[in-house]
Amino acid sequence: MSAAAEPLLRVEDLRVQFPTEDGVVHAVDGVSYQLAAGATLGIVGESGSGKSVASLTTIGLTRTQGARISGRILLQGQDLLALSERRLRQVRGNEVAMIFQDPLSSLHPFFKVGAQIAEAIRAHRDCSRAQARRRAVELLELVGIPEAQRRAGAYPHEFSGGMRQRAMIAMALANEPKLLIADEPTTALDVTVQAQILALLRRLQGELGMAIVIITHDLGVVAEMAQEIAVMYAGRIVEMAPAEAIFARPEHPYTWGLLRSIPTLQAPREQALVPIGGTPPSLISPPSGCHFHPRCAYAQPDHARIDPGLEPVAGERGHTVACLLSGEERRRIWSQLRGAQGESSA
Amino acid sequence: MSTAHPPASAADSSLVSTGPLLQVSDLAKHFPITRGIVLARTVGAVKAVDGVSFEVHRGETLGIVGETGSGKSTTARLVMRLLDATSGQVRFEGRNITRLRGAPLKAVRREMQMIFQDPYSSLNPRKTVGSIVAEPFVIHGLERDRAQRRRRVQGLLETVGMSPEHYNRYPHEFSGGQRQRIGVARALALEPKLLVADEPVSALDVSIQAQVLNLLRDLQRRLGLTLLFISHDLSVVRYMCDRIAVMLEGKIVELGPVEQIFSAPTHPYTRELLASVPGVRADRRTIHG
Repeated sequence: MSAAAEPLLRVEDLRVQFPTEDGVVHAVDGVSYQLAAGATLGIVGESGSGKSVASLTTIGLTRTQGARISGRILLQGQDLLALSERRLRQVRGNEVAMIFQDPLSSLHPFFKVGAQIAEAIRAHRDCSRAQARRRAVELLELVGIPEAQRRAGAYPHEFSGGMRQRAMIAMALANEPKLLIADEPTTALDVTVQAQILALLRRLQGELGMAIVIITHDLGVVAEMAQEIAVMYAGRIVEMAPAEAIFARPEHPYTWGLLRSIPTLQAPREQALVPIGGTPPSLISPPSGCHFHPRCAYAQPDHARIDPGLEPVAGERGHTVACLLSGEERRRIWSQLRGAQGESSA
Repeated sequence: MSTAHPPASAADSSLVSTGPLLQVSDLAKHFPITRGIVLARTVGAVKAVDGVSFEVHRGETLGIVGETGSGKSTTARLVMRLLDATSGQVRFEGRNITRLRGAPLKAVRREMQMIFQDPYSSLNPRKTVGSIVAEPFVIHGLERDRAQRRRRVQGLLETVGMSPEHYNRYPHEFSGGQRQRIGVARALALEPKLLVADEPVSALDVSIQAQVLNLLRDLQRRLGLTLLFISHDLSVVRYMCDRIAVMLEGKIVELGPVEQIFSAPTHPYTRELLASVPGVRADRRTIHG
């Protein structure tokens, strides 16, 4: 990518390790991606895939945990990993903001919602209390909280789950960040509320032009939100592609496994789900070679030895996969798997 | 007695009655709202379940779907008699069990077992897998012979796809999916006629969720179990159930065969629920193309 088209965010070979009594946990093991201004990237993975640690590291929240971090996280060309804690505080909540899964534990129970949002504004802007407070009410209106003026004076426990997540989003947007990191933003919410929050995020992204990294275990959520999807397994990205390609032409056996193991509203009811065999890998002593090989139905003996890197998929723009099977084999297997599904749905 | 459900029990029950296994009529649970600490007085009631009626037929899976606070879990607990109903009736095999106490209640409890949401808090961490699964035998004074009991427990572990060698291991040694299997083995120990599963997969990762769903679907077919399946996840309920009841604010707003609920929902709330499921809206891309 040329200097002129420098992306908003560029993560290069990010590694995060946590020393523990049992050994070193390789939570993030060489992750690279980039994100253009205003775009949405979905990071999909199960518990322990490293998806949350990678994002927490982006805003420096793993620094205090004795983590060993290497690589580069370039936000508009500035390496966030090289910043001092003081300088990072200026970036966090200003240029980059984050929303979390559980809004109740992310809001302070003793302070009124409006005051907490006003504090986020005054941390980065030179303005009076009254100005910050007016802005807080505006933000609550922006995220669709009715009677924002009155609700700004309420405490978090007086809000419902969906309202709290809206308040968190209002706080994250206080300084109009260029990048919003949303870590499982709707996992704790009911499905109708989830639909409202996702619609809200899409609307705000359109209005404010921010980029979003959305981290989730839910393929349905990324299908709604992301233009590009990265699938993580055992601390690495194993496949990355435009969203449409991930669903229509997935290349990695783990991605196939995810797609075939979730019940959907379209699949024929009689079509049995196909679980991914085995158990998630240990991040202290990950499997040798391809980390997925112990659970992969198509693994060859030498896959336990050779560690695949992300390679471009022939004939597909922006589609990369870390798999030792040949492209031909992968296409043949997926068309078989898909055919089996297509037949039973016909 | 074999480790799997003997066909005899199915034959027995058909002799006893051919009516629905479970009949719930006009069931309600109101939790009082009180004011005052010393002299508490009731100022109102939360109507968690407010006049719910349904039947579960032998061998079928009835799903109850709803959002937080809809009353679906309270309904499950009322059916299991873990909570006392404010009004209404629960009939099991035609018999009113709503007010049973003591020994008769304990006898009914052998016939219905529950699988819980959280496989981390529903298994005692200080007990071995063997003694967790054997607990129903101990409570009901069955299988007193140690060697025989051990064989039964090992058979149950095999039934749920676990190795009999796991008998002496502890819950923390297992992943969430395996723990949920242990919970299923425990629930099957007494060969219950009714299994009540309250959000059995919502604490599990997606790849593991499919293992547990397939296990339940498989057991249900193989053992002829009757299942009351509670979930907030419409796709999961669609995969598992024959009929579905949609709950909203303590009431069932729609009840019907699964095809009808998903292809021709009549209640506006059912339509809203279906439209809210991510990844399936007609105007956007969908999973599985």
